[in-house]
Amino acid sequence: MTWFLDNADRIGDLTLRHLWLSVLPVLLGFLLAVPIGWWAQRHPRIGAVVLGSGSILYTVPSLPLLVILPGVLGTSFLDPINVVVVLTLYAVALLVRTAADAFAQVPRDVVDAADATGHSSAQRALRVELPLAGPVLLAGVRVASVSTVSLVTVGALIGVSNLGSLFTEGFQRSNTPEIVIGLAVVVALALALDTIWVLLGRVLMPWVRGARTTA
Amino acid sequence: MIEFRSVSKTFADGTTAVRDFNLVLPSRTTTVLVGSSGCGKTTLLRMVNRLIEPSSGQVLIDDVDVATRNPVELRRSIGYVMQHAGLLPHRRVVDNVAVPLRLSGVPRTEATARALAALETVGLDPALARRYPRQLSGGQQQRVGVARGLVADPNILLMDEPFGAVDPIVRVDLQRELLRLQRELGKTIVFVTHDIDEAFLLGDQVVILRRGGEVAQVGTPAEILAAPADDFVRSFVGLDRAHRALHIEERGGQRVVVDGDGRPAGVLDPA
Repeated sequence: MTWFLDNADRIGDLTLRHLWLSVLPVLLGFLLAVPIGWWAQRHPRIGAVVLGSGSILYTVPSLPLLVILPGVLGTSFLDPINVVVVLTLYAVALLVRTAADAFAQVPRDVVDAADATGHSSAQRALRVELPLAGPVLLAGVRVASVSTVSLVTVGALIGVSNLGSLFTEGFQRSNTPEIVIGLAVVVALALALDTIWVLLGRVLMPWVRGARTTA
Repeated sequence: MIEFRSVSKTFADGTTAVRDFNLVLPSRTTTVLVGSSGCGKTTLLRMVNRLIEPSSGQVLIDDVDVATRNPVELRRSIGYVMQHAGLLPHRRVVDNVAVPLRLSGVPRTEATARALAALETVGLDPALARRYPRQLSGGQQQRVGVARGLVADPNILLMDEPFGAVDPIVRVDLQRELLRLQRELGKTIVFVTHDIDEAFLLGDQVVILRRGGEVAQVGTPAEILAAPADDFVRSFVGLDRAHRALHIEERGGQRVVVDGDGRPAGVLDPA
């Protein structure tokens, strides 16, 4: 506890770094995965290949990827961009299949009604399919968010400071409280973000709750 | 006026839904396409607003081939009411009704006002306007579907078994409501059903279809009942069953109409 109070400023600073290193990949991953998933679901054959490669991508270990990436991107080894790119790739890998499933479960007769009432393809995708895919997409974002918050800590190994730095430092100095506190803050951050996604979902998708009250 | 000119439709899987179909649907009247499942009636309906394209032949609206029109624009100019209402579950009732207006670029406040008026036209309580579709009964949802079909004041209204999924009492209610609306609005209605009683009740012109979109008979309900074209039509409209084979008997000085089983169906009004 003493260690926590003595280092409160630093923990606060690391938490903020950790926060943006987590949120940015989830948001970027979401923005990339939704159109890919939508497309994959409409073209099942090539779509299956895309979804398969997503799963393979997710099995690549993060540490070697973080080491190789600066060479590929031409970024400096310590650049946080590397972490953001790697975690975005993982988020895409996780979310593409969810997105495809989310669009696939939109009821066929609702899509048909959208066509019959004169939606163009783009209007149908954005005003009908996307909102109705929302609840499943939200579930995917929650998983990706928790997984990303924990993956960010790996960045500390290559010198990108975040809450994971408390682990590396704690091990080097045999400082157990530092490790435990690091762990607790990471978990707290993951839970806090999760709560935000759930609340955001309620604001953006009021009909989900509206339906439940009478169903 | 809608016109089908030697329209055929063969789907990708090889089934022929419609073969060389010809029909003229006069403006401001109700034409009912009736037949059992697989007779191509829904396929024909969906060709009018290009949800399905014919394999050959033409569909014309006021002498313009619909194939020459932009499908999205075309659909916005035609009302469509479907089975199970087909409402968007994530939009409130009033916003569902306003959809065709919003898609045509009508500003939100005006669209909402017209949507509320359309809900009133179909006899729905304005208190329901803020609800989501799932919070409504099947009959109420269907009224919302009709309101959405009418809100943009289209000349043509396509109705695909709109009352097929509601219970019989609500169905009778909705049918009466549609007859009232049609008297007031005078739309060109194309109505699809498998229920011959519904067809005779609503149709100015009734088209009885066999499998493969082949026309068995076209005419007014009275024409078809008076002179069924063949045994298929006789059996389809129920002339071989007791409830349609009525005759008159004198009972106690009154002329009573009796069905084929001898059950009185009503009296013959001297007027």
